[in-house]
Amino acid sequence: MDQLRIIEVKQSVFANNDAEAARIKKQLKVNKTFLLNLMAGPGAGKTTTLLRTIGLLKDRLRIGVMEADIDSAVDAELVQTTGVKTIQLHTGGMCHLDAGMTEQGLMELGIEDIDLAVLENVGNLVCPAEFDTGAVKNVAILSVPEGHDKPLKYPLMFEVCHALIINKIDVLPYFDFDMDKVVEYAHMRNPKLTIFPVSAKTGEGMEAWAEWLKKEVIDWNS
Amino acid sequence: MHELGIVFHIIDTVEKVGAENALTSVSSVTMEVGEVSAVISSYLQDCWQWAVKRSDLLNGAKLIIETMPARTVCNHCKKTYGTVAYGRICPFCESADTVLLTGNEISIKEIETPD
Repeated sequence: MDQLRIIEVKQSVFANNDAEAARIKKQLKVNKTFLLNLMAGPGAGKTTTLLRTIGLLKDRLRIGVMEADIDSAVDAELVQTTGVKTIQLHTGGMCHLDAGMTEQGLMELGIEDIDLAVLENVGNLVCPAEFDTGAVKNVAILSVPEGHDKPLKYPLMFEVCHALIINKIDVLPYFDFDMDKVVEYAHMRNPKLTIFPVSAKTGEGMEAWAEWLKKEVIDWNS
Repeated sequence: MHELGIVFHIIDTVEKVGAENALTSVSSVTMEVGEVSAVISSYLQDCWQWAVKRSDLLNGAKLIIETMPARTVCNHCKKTYGTVAYGRICPFCESADTVLLTGNEISIKEIETPD
């Protein structure tokens, strides 16, 4: 048998992705565009929260939305009704977006005239947390029916996020969801996490979240 | 399911290393995968078998996975312990102020080539 030669690589699988993400972030800064990476499990209310957020901010910020899903365009069609620029990205079976896919999405969306670009990531609490997309801020949504133990079960998601939206507080009376516990568990994983309890359906708590986001966008773009 | 995305990133990196070293074939890729990296080795192998057929450089290459043990240090009592057995709560002093030292790596260690 022929002699095999060994070449040492010693490189994290995420090294290329992280380098790409850093490049995207730099370009966003030059462009004065803020990229929000919105992550959550399926059904936590990402699209409903986004629709309500757009309603509160679209008069003050120029918004663009990238809807990422494994398949279909139902979310993009819904977001398009708000009148903001929207595109649908298909991940072709993959459970997350990486930096390369995000960059393609930003090019397709066109960010020259966008203050706030929102990436609605694939519904999943595990995989999107692993891949830096180049976003300025990562935000997770956890909904009341999912349970207050999720920060313990999916720690990485809560570690990589800057803010956490607790959605569907209008149904709190019907679930054994402990608001104090979820705050305690989330801060255990990430003491700097800013938490917004909201109901995207009724609008309760949404102003505080929208104000936080607006301030972050203005700080980044100025 | 993010194993497929990880496999694509492995193939991209190895193809870059292959181009830098003017390789025409790679016979195996050795990975270091941490115990708490959230990667399931058998899924990684399945995705690998499917994906390497689509790479000229890597067609037929074996994927060798070395599992790296997970260790956590407690910031409160300064002791270290095995992460898989005790998770994030220190078994000595029950503090939650703990930091993972090793065990979340997903790294390409080396490749083997007949060239």
